[in-house]
Amino acid sequence: MQKNVEIVKVTNLKKLYGDLPAVNGISFSIKEGEILGLLGPNGAGKTSTINMMIGLSRPSSGQIMIDGIDAIKDIKKVQRIIGVVPDENNLYGEMSGFDNLCFCASLYGMGKEEREKQAKELLKQFGLTKAADRPFGTYSKGMKRKLTIAAGIIHNPKILFLDEPTTGIDVESTRQIRELILNLKKQGTTILMTTHYIEEAERTCDRIAFMVRGEIVKVGTVRELMENIDHEYKIKLQLDNCLEELKVELENKFPSYRIEVLAKNSCLIISKEQVPLSPILQVLDEKGVSVYEAKGIKPSLEDVFVRITGIDATKLEKVGR
Amino acid sequence: METFIAFWNILKKDIKNYYLKPPNISWGIIFPLSWTLMQLIRSSGNIDVIELLPGLMAMSILFGTTSMLAVTITFEKRSKSFDRLLLAPISLSTLVAAKILGAILFGIINAFVPVVFMGFLINLSGINWAVVLMAVILIAITSALLGLLVAVSVKEVFEAQTLSNFFRFPMLFLCGLFLPIDKLPAALKPISFCLPLTYGTDMLNSAIIHNSYFSILFSIFIIIVFIIILFYLCRRNIEKKWIL
Repeated sequence: MQKNVEIVKVTNLKKLYGDLPAVNGISFSIKEGEILGLLGPNGAGKTSTINMMIGLSRPSSGQIMIDGIDAIKDIKKVQRIIGVVPDENNLYGEMSGFDNLCFCASLYGMGKEEREKQAKELLKQFGLTKAADRPFGTYSKGMKRKLTIAAGIIHNPKILFLDEPTTGIDVESTRQIRELILNLKKQGTTILMTTHYIEEAERTCDRIAFMVRGEIVKVGTVRELMENIDHEYKIKLQLDNCLEELKVELENKFPSYRIEVLAKNSCLIISKEQVPLSPILQVLDEKGVSVYEAKGIKPSLEDVFVRITGIDATKLEKVGR
Repeated sequence: METFIAFWNILKKDIKNYYLKPPNISWGIIFPLSWTLMQLIRSSGNIDVIELLPGLMAMSILFGTTSMLAVTITFEKRSKSFDRLLLAPISLSTLVAAKILGAILFGIINAFVPVVFMGFLINLSGINWAVVLMAVILIAITSALLGLLVAVSVKEVFEAQTLSNFFRFPMLFLCGLFLPIDKLPAALKPISFCLPLTYGTDMLNSAIIHNSYFSILFSIFIIIVFIIILFYLCRRNIEKKWIL
């Protein structure tokens, strides 16, 4: 479904709060039907970027073109074709799921019959039919997130802005939401998504933009980003003993390898070249250290992120999902 | 048509979610009733009961409307559901109009609670109801806009209440409700002339007790000017403060 037409084009976008740049002259584009992920830690400027694009914040300078419309000059025209899922679930707690969806549809001028039909369909698609008449405030976090996403797409937007779609929800709801995002892409929706989960960006996005301190430091597909860093071969060894004492001796014996001692009697052997295991195993055997497991480790997007941004990936609140 | 659908549904949602809630209905009835009883007991037969009616109506509208709008909007802004309205493809003027209309209707209903109550005590046949209705609508609109202006200026619900009282009480004492405008000290008169409630109360005085300081047409004109200024200020402040 992805076409080669740039439906979103952001040029030199800047947002200053006083003298402090929240977004510092970023430029990027999104092709029709593509999912672009803005990946970065909290405070990187991801939400500020989205807020400027959807009309909740005014840019200090720069240009935003969405489907050929100047979003800074004519935001109301743009709002007609976009859907927004904010990082917080901001539907009305006292209204039912069904009423919330119908209300959101009415904001786009949809007639009663059309909005009720669409609301019922979305509730079914999101597995919320049984909770349709319950107040939104009584929903679980995952259900709230799903209904907030449903509210963002009830008017069939051409472009969807998803701000941290899976933050703070359970594993099953996260999986369902990621599936929903991929289904939307299949239906041709262009998506700009912010996340601080590397794994989420890797699984759902066609391209990823690394955003740090208000700047986009790298954009590309996962493959392009991976190619960008110097490739290193890594082998993880699981031993019956801690290697701390042998580390220097091994590094002297194999000067082209770097050895990192990890917790729980394991270590990493890192090299620019492929690592032949038998000489190492032989040395370890001579020293009375048994090797239970040897595993080749491929570089991950996390490595790429750390290498390019210099930011510790644990600061992205990475979760093993 | 699309704008009307959005406008109507925002209004309908506000009425259902806020104005028709039992605590607010009781507030809308109990507050004006309490004022009426308080004034009746205080006057203890020294003044004609009908003379209390303009003041009671004006106070009921002012307190009902400003409280509701300032609190509901601050609450929506805090829970970020107001952002959903800002993201809708409708103009800011339509949004402001939809938000204040619920409060205006609430204020109008509030205004007639003391009238119904008084109806059991005195003869209301000499009242010019057309002027009363016009005054009530105009006071309700200005009060709703003042409530919105307060809501845009604060972040917390309690701040909205505090700031509302900051202008509501001085306005009550200076608008001619407790002391006729011609008896106000010379230094306070210019302040009184700058308050929209002064003209609304004067219209009510003219219609109910046939005693007014300004002509009705002049009061209508001044209140409309206030409405235009307040609407512009609300719109500008929403753009400035909420679309950062």
